[in-house]
Amino acid sequence: MTKPLPEDPFIRSLVLQAQRAQFSRRNILKGAGIGAGALALAACSPGGGGEDKPKAAKDISDTDKTVRWDNWALYLDVDDNGHYPTLEAFEKQSGIKATYTEAVDDNNTYYGKVKDQLKLGQDIGCDTVCLTDWMVDRWIRFGYTQEFDYSQIPNAKNLVPALKDVDFDPGRKMSLPWQGGFAGIAWNKDQLPGGLTSVSDLWDSSLKGRVGVLSEMRDTMGCIMQDLGTTIDGKWGDDDFSAAIDVLKKQVDDGQIRNIKGNSYKEDLQNGDTLAAIVWSGDITQLNFEAGDHWAFALPSKGGTLWNDNFLIPIGSQHKKNAEALINYYYDPEVAAQVAAYVNYIPPVAGTKEAMMALDPSLADDQLIFPNEATLANAHVFRSLSSDEDQRYNAQFQAILLGV
Amino acid sequence: MAFSAFATGTAQEQAPRRKSKIALLLLLPGILYLMLFFLVPLVSLVITSFQAPVPYGDIGEFQTAFKWQNYVDVVNTYGEHILRSFGYAILATIFALLFSYPLAYFIGVKARRWPLLQNLMLVLVIAPFFISFLLRTLAWKSILSDESFVISGLKALSLMAPDAHFTGTAAAVVFGLTYNFIPFMTLPLYSNLQQLDTRLLEAGSDLYSTPSKTFFKVTVPLSMTGIVSGVLLTFIPAAGDYINASRDFLGGTGTAMIGNVIESNFLVTLNYPVAAALSIILMAVILVMVTVYVKRSGTEDLL
Repeated sequence: MTKPLPEDPFIRSLVLQAQRAQFSRRNILKGAGIGAGALALAACSPGGGGEDKPKAAKDISDTDKTVRWDNWALYLDVDDNGHYPTLEAFEKQSGIKATYTEAVDDNNTYYGKVKDQLKLGQDIGCDTVCLTDWMVDRWIRFGYTQEFDYSQIPNAKNLVPALKDVDFDPGRKMSLPWQGGFAGIAWNKDQLPGGLTSVSDLWDSSLKGRVGVLSEMRDTMGCIMQDLGTTIDGKWGDDDFSAAIDVLKKQVDDGQIRNIKGNSYKEDLQNGDTLAAIVWSGDITQLNFEAGDHWAFALPSKGGTLWNDNFLIPIGSQHKKNAEALINYYYDPEVAAQVAAYVNYIPPVAGTKEAMMALDPSLADDQLIFPNEATLANAHVFRSLSSDEDQRYNAQFQAILLGV
Repeated sequence: MAFSAFATGTAQEQAPRRKSKIALLLLLPGILYLMLFFLVPLVSLVITSFQAPVPYGDIGEFQTAFKWQNYVDVVNTYGEHILRSFGYAILATIFALLFSYPLAYFIGVKARRWPLLQNLMLVLVIAPFFISFLLRTLAWKSILSDESFVISGLKALSLMAPDAHFTGTAAAVVFGLTYNFIPFMTLPLYSNLQQLDTRLLEAGSDLYSTPSKTFFKVTVPLSMTGIVSGVLLTFIPAAGDYINASRDFLGGTGTAMIGNVIESNFLVTLNYPVAAALSIILMAVILVMVTVYVKRSGTEDLL
């Protein structure tokens, strides 16, 4: 495992410079042994160090009125004919042709698909994409995003104050939230009428083998760490994380936790393999809507996690201005309310609740869409991890998933 | 190469003596294709497997090196997963063979009198291919879930302990692998058994051989090429399979196979050298196992 770079940017760049010089000498020696052909091929293989960041593509928005948007499944209002009402209204209003693709089904697989083009500053086939906080953090760190021109996004003033400054993007220069949500606990109301209140309730022996947790590290670990008394958005370190890893490992080894899953955990709730689980809030609302009202969701008493998916503009996009127009459109409270009424996640746009009053008053009181202060006080954002922590913690978490 | 084993034909003609330019020309696209889509990625994979992390680098940053220790680390960390993959694959291959042989024998030999039935049964073997592999596996996950009638029925009959599960266990993964690869075993066996000369079986019984002795002395040796093809077609993909053992399908945290480890290292922890080293090990072990197997089964002329 590598040591973290010094925090100070100046020293950091000096260290990197010194390393580069050292490596080039070593590479020359090695080149003699391996042969030029192999080295040329090495360029094709993934990885490759260096600090050189890709450059933003030229914006051709004014001549080419199109915008391509990659997003998660079930994350935009859709009617029975497969049309997206808000998006079509945007096309009519702006004259920009929008292509919407449900291309993201997991932060990691999406990243795996586009990272090589991003590194070269090439077009990845979309002009804006919505990704989760920690993944946005990585894109910004690597220089894979373009900076917003806020004069093109006047509605950004509607961004709720709590999300205006985040540690991975101070001042929101490159990212704007799309939707947010909670991770908390859900249970089968028919089988567990008593309900659950905390994460430790999941470890009750009567639920042995019927408990699920998410394969999204920050949500599962965030909930367990808070159950152990850690403030996940504050200062915490390796010991706090390890303590929670030990809990998770014990519950997996004992067979208490049946499985660790991504989006597919819903099937397990539906077929009864899982009776109680750590889940995402909006999914339970949708599941109850689709498969009958059988499940309940709550934030654990000691705290759940709060996350956001954010718009960003990939470095190779040639339609930055069009993408900004799109983002601006969705920061209109009226539009945000229409989207929220369908997706059931937390809109980041101030004034959405008032707009929702007119649209569907029953939803305006839903704590999972419009959480009040008390609800929000019980949900916390998993703090940003340094690159070194990110690698180590991920490795520990994945080791449990693979049963190492 | 072992892959010529998939051909069931027996006639091996002498290669023509005369060199033909047209033949070379016809070969060219194939060779170029293999160079571009097999050789180049393979070399790239080997190079990746020796990469070392960039010191002080960010997640997923590696540089060219000769870090052979990657292989030692991989075997130490994931040795259990490597053994498990081959264990599951061997079990699935054996079960698929035991299930497919009688099936193929029936379709190819017994059903010869009724061509319609023969064709119908062949369609039934192939029909699952019309539905996506993923969907079929997901369907099994539902059928075998805790609250399903299959599992609750078994529990009611006390054939399963009341708190036992099936999905997420090794048995479920081997079941899934067996199910998904049965057509790959049945079809080569069928195409071989279909040519079985039944007069040889009659000769066996004329010589006072018991039916089982005739089967093991005549039928099995004659169908050896079919068995070898079927075993290879089942074993090789089963060893590298990562769907059945995936936590999202029939597997659990205790059933991860090499494919799952590679996926996790490649997509989540972005540890490319580890993923590449595991892929190379998987390929190497399969190559060795297949070579030994083909030699042992007395069909080395297939290599």
